[in-house]
Amino acid sequence: MINSIDKLNENIAACTKCLDDKLAGNDGKRHIVLCGGTGCLSSNSKEITEKFIELLEAKGVADKATVNQVGCFGFCSQGPFVKIYPEDTLYRLVQIDDVEEIIDKDIINGEVVERLLYVEPSTGEKVSKQEDINFYKKQHRVALHGCGVINPEDINEALGMGAFQGLKRALGMDRQAVIDEVLASGIRGRGGAGFPSGRKWQFAYNVESDEKYVVCNGDEGDPGAFMDRSILEGNPLAVIEGMVIAGYAIGAQNGYFYVRAEYPIAVNRLKIAIKQAEELGLLGDNILGTDFSFRCHLRLGAGAFVCGEETALLNSIEGKRGMPRPRPPFPAVKGLWGKPTIINNVETLACIPYILREGAEKFASVGTEKSKGTKVFALGGKVNNVGLVEVPMGTTLRELIYDIGGGIPNGKKFKAIQTGGPSGGCLTEEFLDEPIDFDNLVAKGSMMGSGGAIVMDEDNCMVDVAKFYMEFICDESCGKCSPCRIGTKRMLEILTKITEGTGTMEDLDALDELAKTVKANSLCALGQTAANPINSTLAHFRDEYIAHIVDKKCPAHVCKNLMEYHIDPEKCIGCGLCAKNCPASCITRTDYIAPGHKLASFEINAAECVKCGSCMSACRVHAISKQ
Amino acid sequence: MNRLSDAAVAKIEGICERYKDEKTPLMMILSDIQNEYGYIPLEVQELVSKKTGISVAEIYGVVTFYSFFSLTPKGKYVIGCCLGTACYVKGAQQVIDKFSEILEIKPGETSKDGLFTLDALRCIGACGIAPAVTINGKVYPKMTPSQVAEVVKNYKEKEAATA
Repeated sequence: MINSIDKLNENIAACTKCLDDKLAGNDGKRHIVLCGGTGCLSSNSKEITEKFIELLEAKGVADKATVNQVGCFGFCSQGPFVKIYPEDTLYRLVQIDDVEEIIDKDIINGEVVERLLYVEPSTGEKVSKQEDINFYKKQHRVALHGCGVINPEDINEALGMGAFQGLKRALGMDRQAVIDEVLASGIRGRGGAGFPSGRKWQFAYNVESDEKYVVCNGDEGDPGAFMDRSILEGNPLAVIEGMVIAGYAIGAQNGYFYVRAEYPIAVNRLKIAIKQAEELGLLGDNILGTDFSFRCHLRLGAGAFVCGEETALLNSIEGKRGMPRPRPPFPAVKGLWGKPTIINNVETLACIPYILREGAEKFASVGTEKSKGTKVFALGGKVNNVGLVEVPMGTTLRELIYDIGGGIPNGKKFKAIQTGGPSGGCLTEEFLDEPIDFDNLVAKGSMMGSGGAIVMDEDNCMVDVAKFYMEFICDESCGKCSPCRIGTKRMLEILTKITEGTGTMEDLDALDELAKTVKANSLCALGQTAANPINSTLAHFRDEYIAHIVDKKCPAHVCKNLMEYHIDPEKCIGCGLCAKNCPASCITRTDYIAPGHKLASFEINAAECVKCGSCMSACRVHAISKQ
Repeated sequence: MNRLSDAAVAKIEGICERYKDEKTPLMMILSDIQNEYGYIPLEVQELVSKKTGISVAEIYGVVTFYSFFSLTPKGKYVIGCCLGTACYVKGAQQVIDKFSEILEIKPGETSKDGLFTLDALRCIGACGIAPAVTINGKVYPKMTPSQVAEVVKNYKEKEAATA
C-alpha cells in the first residue's frame, strides 16, 4: 500500500531506478518491447511476442532478455514493431518468421539485423534508432508521455515514468491553486471545442454541492481518429491521474470513464490500471494519507456517435437514449444526475499530470499565443507514414504531411487534408503553410477538432467525400432536432443526385440554404457543424461540383455513373484476363491487332459494364484506365 | 413470441442483479445481455423491466437508439467493414459492396443460412492498415475487393468441415 507521500517517494525512486536500469541495460539484460496497439495487434504482434518468449526459452537464452508488450509506437503503417533496449534498435514490419533471426543475430551475437531496419525514403539510408527517424524528429511528446515505452499493464513501470508525481504535488496545494495552475498553463479542451479546461474546472469548483463528478470523454467517434484510443492503450494511468487531480480540484469523489465499446484493448487496459491503482491505495479512501478520497468507474458506449457530445454522453451514463440536453444549465452547474460535473477529453486529462509535474510554465512554453502545448494527430489516408503524431501547436500542415507524414504515396498529387472529422473541413494546397492551432484552422474554414487528419490525393472525389460525411451525420443524427434530422437527409439526397449525374445548378443553392438552416437551428454541435464538409468542399472545389452537374463527369473517376472503364487497344496484349474476370461478360475481342502484338485487343461494352473494376485489377499490362 | 427458457431467465436475472447497486444500470445490463446472447428481443426487455422497474417503453427506446443493441439475432460470423474516413478514401466502400454482392445481403442484414451478418462499422481506429475488416474480432488488414471471395469461401469451408 502506498498510503503516504513518503511511501510514494520511495516507490517512485525504486520504480524509476528499475525502469532506468532496464532502458540503459544496467541489469545486464536486453529488453525486447513490441508494439501492442490495435494496428500492430491485428498484424500478429501478439503472436510475435509469444514466438519471442518461446524461442528464447528453446534456445536457452531466456535469461538474456525480457519480452514485453507496450503501447502504440504511433508509426502504424510500419508495424508491427520490435524495439531492443539498451541500444534502442528499432525493427519494423516484423513477421513471425523474423523472430529467430533477431534472436540469433541481435540478442545472441549483438549484430543488427539490417534488413528489418527502417529506410528513410528521402535518403534511402537505413536508420537503426527510433529518434533518428524523420517521422519522430519533429514530435514532442506530452500527452503521449510513456506510450510505446512502458508496459501499460504494469503500474510500476508507469511509476518509473513519472506517474502520480503530478497528483503528489496537487495534493500538497490548495484546490484553487491547482485550478490556477491549470488556468496558467492555458490548456484548452482537446476534444475539439477548445474551451479552456481551467475555466470549466473553476465553474464546477464555484458551485456548492454535496456531490460532484468528473467524467472522462473517451467516446472518440470521428472516423479516422484514434488519439484517445492510443493514449488509453499506451498509458492509461496518466489519464486516471489526470482525472484524480481534476476530482481533487473541483471537490469530486467519483469519476466516470465513458469509452467506446469498439475499443476492447483500451477498455481492458483501463480496467487493469484502475484495479492496480486501487490495490496500491492510489485510488480509494484517503489517497496518500490525505482526507481526499476518489474512485474511478467505467462505462461503455454502445455505438452512437452523438454520445461524444457532452450532454448526450451524460444521458447515456444515466441509462437513457444518448440525446443532447439544452445548455444552459451547463454540466459544470447541473450535469451527471443533476450534480456539478466536468467533462474532459482523454487527451486533455493525459496532459494534466504533466502540467502539475513539470509546471504550467513549461507546458505553456510550447505552442502558439492562444493554443498552448502540443496536439496529437491521427494522420491517415493517402500519406506514406500513417500513424499517431504529437506536435507542438503551431506546426504547419506542410510539416505534418511532408516532414512527418513523408508525403503522398505512389507519386500522386496532394489534393486536400481533411481535419476535424465530420464537423471539420478540407484544406487545399494553398493552406499548407498555415500553422495548426484551434483558432487558425477555424479562420481558414476548417477546424483542428479532436485530431483526425486525413490526407486525400488526386484520386479522391471531393463531392463523394462530402457525401460520405453527410451519410455519416445523417445516420448518426439522434433525431431530436428536426432541422438536423430532416435537413441532413435532404442534403444527402442532393449530394447523391449530384454524384449520380442528375444534379442541377439550383441544387447548389438549395444545399447552401439547407446548410444555413441546419446550422442555425440545431441544439448540439453535431447539427451545428453538420454542413461543414459541404461548405468547405463547395468553397474550395466548386469546379468539381460543376463538373458533376454540367459536364456529367467525375474528374477523379470515383462516381460510378460518371465514369467509364476503357481499354487502350495499343497497350492491350489480348491475353483475355479482363474478359475472364468480368462478372457482367461485357468484354469482347475486337479484330484490331496493335503493332508489335500477336493477339487482337479487347474492348468493353460500356452499356453493360457494372463498373466493378475487376478488369482493371486483373490486367497485367495496365492497359485499362478510368475515364 | 418465444417463451424464455428457465436457464435464460435465471441468467438475465443474474445480470440485472449484478448492477443492483448502480444508480442507472440500464446500459450496463443491456450491454451484458447483448454480449451474452447477441440480441435483445422483446421478451427479454419485459423481463429486464420487471426486475428493474424501468418501463418497457423506455428500455425499447434505448435498445433501438444504440447501434450495438440488436432486436434480431446476428449471424454466426459477423463481418464488420470499417467505413471510417481513412478506410473509405482507400476503397472500403468497394470492399463492403463486394461482400454484399457475394453474400447477397445488404449491410445490417443476416444471410438466410444464418451464417453471416454484414455490418458497416464506424472507425475502428486501425487506420494504419486501412481498409480494415473484422470477422468475429479477427482483423483482416488492407483488404481489397479481390480478396473478399476467398475470405468468404474459407469461412464456408470451415463451416462445411465441422457440419
